[in-house]
Amino acid sequence: MEMMGIERDRLHMSWVSSAEATKFIDVVTQVTEAVRALGPNTRFVKQQAKVA
Amino acid sequence: MLGYTEKMRGIASRLLKDCSVEMVIGFRKGSMPMMNEPCFVTTIEDVPSLIWDSNCGINLANYLTNRKEKIAVFAKGCDSRNIVNHIIENKIKRDQVHIVGVPCTGMIDKRKIAGMVKGEILEVSETDDTIKVKTADSETLFEKTEVLQQNCTLCIHRNPVIHDEMVADPVEEQTSLDRYADIQKIEEMESEDKWQFFEDLLSPCIRCYACRNACPLCYCPTCFVDESKPQWMGKGQDPIDVRTFHFLRAYHCAGRCTDCGACERACPVGINMRLLTRKLEKDCQEQFGWEAGLSLDQRPALDVYQTNDPGTFIK
Repeated sequence: MEMMGIERDRLHMSWVSSAEATKFIDVVTQVTEAVRALGPNTRFVKQQAKVA
Repeated sequence: MLGYTEKMRGIASRLLKDCSVEMVIGFRKGSMPMMNEPCFVTTIEDVPSLIWDSNCGINLANYLTNRKEKIAVFAKGCDSRNIVNHIIENKIKRDQVHIVGVPCTGMIDKRKIAGMVKGEILEVSETDDTIKVKTADSETLFEKTEVLQQNCTLCIHRNPVIHDEMVADPVEEQTSLDRYADIQKIEEMESEDKWQFFEDLLSPCIRCYACRNACPLCYCPTCFVDESKPQWMGKGQDPIDVRTFHFLRAYHCAGRCTDCGACERACPVGINMRLLTRKLEKDCQEQFGWEAGLSLDQRPALDVYQTNDPGTFIK
């Protein structure tokens, strides 16, 4: 995805067990911060088909 | 590769005569120059239609999927690697295929040649290392090395990795190639330039799926792009759908692609979609030390867990 031009921090991947609540919170916080810093996504956004 | 044709016909006749196979898959002359087509020979009478030259770029492993009969197939280096893939993925049994290995010195790029001469190409003939192209008003001689398909110039497995018999002695393998220079160049681009680069690369795509159909790896009974319940993606030419198709198809080939070049060769508008599959090939090599289709005894990189598998992408 990065090779195709998706920003480095746009896409995240993690592995969190159901027993790792703290890690889950950490990951979610990090992801939201990173994505918020990038601003709204403009790539890979499909516009609604225009109907005449 | 001159002289292969006669030997191939000999081998095909022998195999059909002693009934060790029911069908021989090879090439015959196409109706246009540089367009050889796959040929399925089941009787000795049809054997003379078999030929071999530098226009046999189609990957014959594509025609082995789910076959039930005993088949002999002529296999270049890349074809043989795809046959290995097919056997590993249970698409055909090893004892069902009689693999006739064809040492290969590369296939020529018809699009490149068409771009190098003026006017319609009427005839193309070749010697071991030259290609002669005839148009209505001129005759041009090319070195074969300058008109090879890009994947052939980067090929490091010209000789079949698996075979029951060989058409000729192995050819010398190419060494010390920088196989991923173009991929590296893209990797070094800024994110926005990458996006634009692929936007431009894929913009001519007409979604004909020739790349998918030519690919020996694309054998799913229903391709994800053809599904309608659920419909995974739009079927039109919206740039986002085009992009989704190309990069998802590349992902489906991750760790399996042998860079045979069938997709690019089949593309009617000349898109180099191999940039995507080769990126994944490069990653596989760097991260797992894996090259597809080299051995029947090794499970594919994405099929096994090893303790030293890289995991840095998991946060």
